[in-house]
Amino acid sequence: MSVELDVFVGNTTIMDKEVYQLWLNGYTVNDAVKVRIEGGVMEECEASADVLLSDTMDQYRTFQMCERLLHHPAKLANQLLFQIPPDRQAMLIERYYAFDDLFVREVLGKKLSKGTKKDLDDVSAKTGVSLKSCRRQFDNFKRVFKVVEELKGPLVENIRQHFLLPDQLARDYAAIVFFANNRFETGKKKLLYLTFQDFAFCAGQLINHWTLGAVDSMMEDMDVDLDKEFLQDLKDLKILITDKDLLDQHKSLVCTALRGKTSVFNEMEANFKNLSRGLVNIAAKLINAKDVRDFFIDLVEKFIEPCRSDKWTSIDMNLFLTHYTNSAHILDTFKHHAVWTRYMGVIKSCILRMYHD
Amino acid sequence: MPGKLKAKIVAGRHLPVMDRASDLTDAFVEVKFGNTTYKTDVYPKSLNPQWNSEWFKFEVDDEDLQDEPLQITVLDHDTYSANDAIGKVYIDIDPLLCSEAATVISGWLPIYDTIHGIRGEINVLVKVDLFNDLNRFRQSSCGVKFFCTTSIPRCYRAIMVHGFVEELVVNEDPEYQWIDRIRTPRASNEARQRLIFLMSGELQRKIGLKVLEMGGNAVVGYLQCFDLEGESGLVVRAIGTACTLEKISTLPSTATHQSNSSPSKDMKDSPQAAPSTLGCRSTHSSPVHSASSRLSQGFSVSVPTLLFAGMKPRHRSSEAPRARQCRPVFGEEVPGIPLSSGPPTPLRAQTFSSFSPSKSYSRQSSSSDTELSLTPKTGMGSGGSAGKEAGPLKALLRQQTQSALEQREYPFFTLTSFPSGFLLHVGGVVSARSVKLLDRIHNPDEPETRDAWWEEIRQEIKSHAKALGCHAVVGYSESTSICEEVCILSASGTAAILSSRFMQDGPLDTEHRLSRQPLVFSTGSERVEGDMGSSASLGFEEVVPPGCGFCHIPYDELNIPFPAQLTYCYSCRRSKVPDVLFTTIDLPADANITGKGCLIQARLCRTKKKAQGEGNATAISNLLPFLEYELHTQLMNKLKLRGMNALFGLRIQISVGETMLLGLASATGVYLTALPGPGGIQIAGKTPSDITYEQHISNMQKKINDTIAKNKDLYEINPPEVVEEIIGSPIPEPRQRSRLFRSQSESSDEVSELDLSHGKKDAFVLEIDDTDAVEDIHALLTDSPTPQGFYSCNTEIMPGIQNWTSAIQMFTSVRVFRLNNANLTNQGLNKIFSDLCENLLKSLYFKLRSMVPCCLCHLNFTVAIPEDELIQVAVTAVAMSFDKEQILENGKQSGEKTLTKAITENDEQLQFNLELNPESSHANPLSSPKGLSEVGSHPSARAPSVDYSSFADRCSSWIEQLRLKAHTIRRGSVKTTSSMEKASPLPEGRSRSLRSNRSYSGTSVAVVKMTPLSFIPGAKIIKYLGIINMFFIRETTSLREEGGVSGFLHSFIAEVFAMVRAHVAALGGNAVVSYSMKECVFMENPNKNQAQCLINVSGDAVIFVRESELEAASVQPQSTTHTSNGGEGT
Repeated sequence: MSVELDVFVGNTTIMDKEVYQLWLNGYTVNDAVKVRIEGGVMEECEASADVLLSDTMDQYRTFQMCERLLHHPAKLANQLLFQIPPDRQAMLIERYYAFDDLFVREVLGKKLSKGTKKDLDDVSAKTGVSLKSCRRQFDNFKRVFKVVEELKGPLVENIRQHFLLPDQLARDYAAIVFFANNRFETGKKKLLYLTFQDFAFCAGQLINHWTLGAVDSMMEDMDVDLDKEFLQDLKDLKILITDKDLLDQHKSLVCTALRGKTSVFNEMEANFKNLSRGLVNIAAKLINAKDVRDFFIDLVEKFIEPCRSDKWTSIDMNLFLTHYTNSAHILDTFKHHAVWTRYMGVIKSCILRMYHD
Repeated sequence: MPGKLKAKIVAGRHLPVMDRASDLTDAFVEVKFGNTTYKTDVYPKSLNPQWNSEWFKFEVDDEDLQDEPLQITVLDHDTYSANDAIGKVYIDIDPLLCSEAATVISGWLPIYDTIHGIRGEINVLVKVDLFNDLNRFRQSSCGVKFFCTTSIPRCYRAIMVHGFVEELVVNEDPEYQWIDRIRTPRASNEARQRLIFLMSGELQRKIGLKVLEMGGNAVVGYLQCFDLEGESGLVVRAIGTACTLEKISTLPSTATHQSNSSPSKDMKDSPQAAPSTLGCRSTHSSPVHSASSRLSQGFSVSVPTLLFAGMKPRHRSSEAPRARQCRPVFGEEVPGIPLSSGPPTPLRAQTFSSFSPSKSYSRQSSSSDTELSLTPKTGMGSGGSAGKEAGPLKALLRQQTQSALEQREYPFFTLTSFPSGFLLHVGGVVSARSVKLLDRIHNPDEPETRDAWWEEIRQEIKSHAKALGCHAVVGYSESTSICEEVCILSASGTAAILSSRFMQDGPLDTEHRLSRQPLVFSTGSERVEGDMGSSASLGFEEVVPPGCGFCHIPYDELNIPFPAQLTYCYSCRRSKVPDVLFTTIDLPADANITGKGCLIQARLCRTKKKAQGEGNATAISNLLPFLEYELHTQLMNKLKLRGMNALFGLRIQISVGETMLLGLASATGVYLTALPGPGGIQIAGKTPSDITYEQHISNMQKKINDTIAKNKDLYEINPPEVVEEIIGSPIPEPRQRSRLFRSQSESSDEVSELDLSHGKKDAFVLEIDDTDAVEDIHALLTDSPTPQGFYSCNTEIMPGIQNWTSAIQMFTSVRVFRLNNANLTNQGLNKIFSDLCENLLKSLYFKLRSMVPCCLCHLNFTVAIPEDELIQVAVTAVAMSFDKEQILENGKQSGEKTLTKAITENDEQLQFNLELNPESSHANPLSSPKGLSEVGSHPSARAPSVDYSSFADRCSSWIEQLRLKAHTIRRGSVKTTSSMEKASPLPEGRSRSLRSNRSYSGTSVAVVKMTPLSFIPGAKIIKYLGIINMFFIRETTSLREEGGVSGFLHSFIAEVFAMVRAHVAALGGNAVVSYSMKECVFMENPNKNQAQCLINVSGDAVIFVRESELEAASVQPQSTTHTSNGGEGT
């Protein structure tokens, strides 16, 4: 004796947020029922385990049927099969495209390829995020990547429009796409202390200032790639470290400005040339794709780590970078003000964001 | 030639990829009507083609227009091989043929394929130009409006109710044609779908013709079903009630009332109802009443005797057949009384034999035994009332109706709720069943045999009604259950006596005026009324108290056709009422009830031996009476267990399978204030010797008593019995007497004496003599109560609940249960079946928990035995939330929204008073009579009624205004759906509110509400766009891949909903009311990874406007209203 068939279809599609989350998290029906029972829905509604099972099955089926629509969220709005109130639609989309920071941290900057997908079981084991959920998140990244890769115009806006995501989520996806496209290295041990949000912030800075779209939104090319011309120009900054006079002049200007204002003045003064060389070398090398990938590891190795070992505070850091940037403009033989500002603006905010434990 | 159909193919979207190489599709469209086909160009390499075709024009007969659907096929062009079909859209153009319905079909419609389901959407525009030629001999019936709604539709007024119309067409089932062996499943499914479309069209046209013949212009309560007989054919049959409807226009008061969600609200324009305020007592205060009661004086003396004469012989002669197949009323107090004890089984053999009485024969027989009782009556009536003022005309009118009813072959009405004053008395449920063998049909392709079968059953129903002293059957429906070659035909309804008001020619106003005139007769008639006593039940035009009148027995109490205990009405104390009342109709809106109602189900399984042919038919017909008897006993027990005394919306479904019979009876139980309270349930054991046994019994007794007490509490049933006992007054509520006229006190005293006779209420005794009985009692107690915050009923609205919010959720749930163990006892099966239904209900409650407090309305269960060992239960219902707070923050709104009769009554009363003496109106409502406040209504209800009347006028003007704009509004919504039409020049306020409604969704898909009810809470239906009647087949050969049977059916039902919504939206509507899923035939073959399902759904497409929007619209300058009113003129 068994229930062979059991369906419930509402004119307005009924979706339980809690069950949806369980589904998204990759729970099997039986596990989901257990979780729900523990959650105490049963007592609340005088239901039995059977009822709960039937309801969960039903909802899972609905979600599965909705899933292909969720792959193209715009379709969800003008499909006829499910009548879902707009606020529900928004919820469905937002949650479907939501991701675990732990998971994204693992694949950030990796090529969104089949190879990476095959390794997801390791990622799953490492992060504790279920494989199903990992796959969904990975596929989401890939789907968004594929769609916006070809599109013109501002990256965040494109994502928001095509996937109907809320602003913050769209920004995060922009970061993921940007990282995946430029294959930034994020998995090195030294970078592990950085959270996804740190990277997302940096990505935002890079997108807003270093891509072609940042200069001219009407350009053919898009937000996804860095502005080649700018990268080329960055080589010119090398003069700041190759020209001995300029380097000394720069140092003295910064030291004058900072004297007495910071507790780590001595360390700063001693390290100035190293630090400056580090930052300028990063700039000069960015023209090589390989060095672009190492951008963050370089920032950490060349700049953040030395400062941290000298026990700079964030305030010290901020002061130094501000004066370091500004002083360069006073140097009379230094001509590349525009490039310098564009470069240092991003570097400063990135470092400030990344400078934590 | 009198019609030109025009279609334009605009665009497609979300098409499937048909060319794997390019991941694109080269789509084009074929548009076919009749034998003409047009094609669009191929739109290459796109999943969102823009054809933007020319207008394809079809010049066709209106007959074809009615029969044929427009068939749109989307194909993928293939240069080298045959073009692949993507899918089809069938468009029923019937709504376009009626001037008052839709004018254009425009929107995105799902492209449907019977194997793949929905595959993208297509945007089409369809129009019809009809040329008028009314005078020629017509085969078409364009312009006859069809409604699934089983009451007078909201924005119409019934001028006349003509009566029963039925039709039946037969065709060979394509699935059983020889060609089916060589064609693809897709071709076969499509042939079937198309055939059913054609047959429905033909059926509708033929019914329309009958309606025109009768002089009507609409069919209300249209119920179409199809029977898949298999080898012998495919039958599509329909029944309905022909009416002459009038769009509510200028009369402001009428407009409000008709369009109001409660049918009772049109009371005001019904002269009969108006005078009688609540209950009988106050009738005397109204001059109108006295006029009419005076009229009936003439009949009171002679008629009863005449009737006896007519009834008695009939009774005897029909006893056997009646007992055989039907149970006219389920009023039996003790189980085992005649109906069950000695059904003369031999007679039953006759039912499945191919014997079929010819029409003429049956007609004769009916006139011989039935008309006797009524024809003389009318004669007497006119004679008796001659010489009385205003009498002759009235009597004449009555005579006309009476004879009009008699002339009708079947005085049946598919309506379940009525304009108030129409339904006078209810006798009880009448039903008839008959077992037939399909392989015995001589001429399977012709409808004659089936016609004769139904003829037989209807005659039987008719004679049952007569036996109950009734001249009409209301809430009538027919159904079949087929298993292999055996077919059970069933019909049931409620015997009733109807007022002639809607059945005579000429508008109601004649009578209206007539009954109002003679203020003079206010004295003297009271006595007459008193004398009349039971003659009140004879079906004459006596004024019936609205709250309890329908409960008064229509039959003669000295010659009760079945055992029942009669008492004097607890409400008016004037007429006799039965102790229990079973009906198939909705609770009349003006009925007085105590507490709330609830869903009551009796479920039964009976095993049967596998058999063939006649043996099988005999076995089934032998089982039927027992099945019915047990169902009724169960219903009765459960009713008593809930402390209630009446059932409404009773629907008994008997389903036949190879090895078992299933019976499911659903109804909504209520406590009618007019009926005596139900006695308890007494358990008696057979072997009193054993002490433990005694204890066991007393334990059980205690349990039952506890349950009854708990239920009474739960459903707030606390009838004012105590008051009655103590005071010894016949009038339950002392307060009301103070408002009544003193002069009446004597008469009421008289009644109280009479009253003593019925004093004791016998408890219902259940004997436990075997294990079966124990099981039965256990089963009684296993029905779990509805969870907190939930109510359920299978009628339109829940008695005792009001304040519906606008949140509604229609749903369909289907379960199939496999009985793996073949050797089950009846008890075991019963338990399984009962649990299945209970669990399904529990699941529904759980699913809908977010809507609490809410009521599941119109819970419609359908059971089937798709194959051996499978039980299928399908439920369609609507969950509606309501405000728990009965506080009426906004008098107007709640006055509008609420449907309870409590308020209605107050309204009616109030309005009546307003009409008669406006000055006193404000004093009245507060002192308004009746133990209403006790009867489950609330003091607060009175306040809004004051408001409401003023609101009425205002509202009606908006209605006018909106009605005129309906067309425009529809356009507006079409525009939003399809972005095809230009924005219409809407008045600012209107368009804004519409837009806000849609833009809030932020999508291009308009929301379409669906409900099995005839109304939408918190909204007004401003236009009916036509009937939706769709039939789909879905088949799969990859069942596992589609998520198994559940996945398959889940997506199919979702697709059906989607297609219904899309077609409604294309008609310009935003809701489907009276929606029902009439058929859901599911077949599977998991071994072959295959499944097939057929679904038939129907409903009325409407445009509704939220009341809040209406109010917004009211801000508009009055001038608009006036001009539009003038413009309308009709």
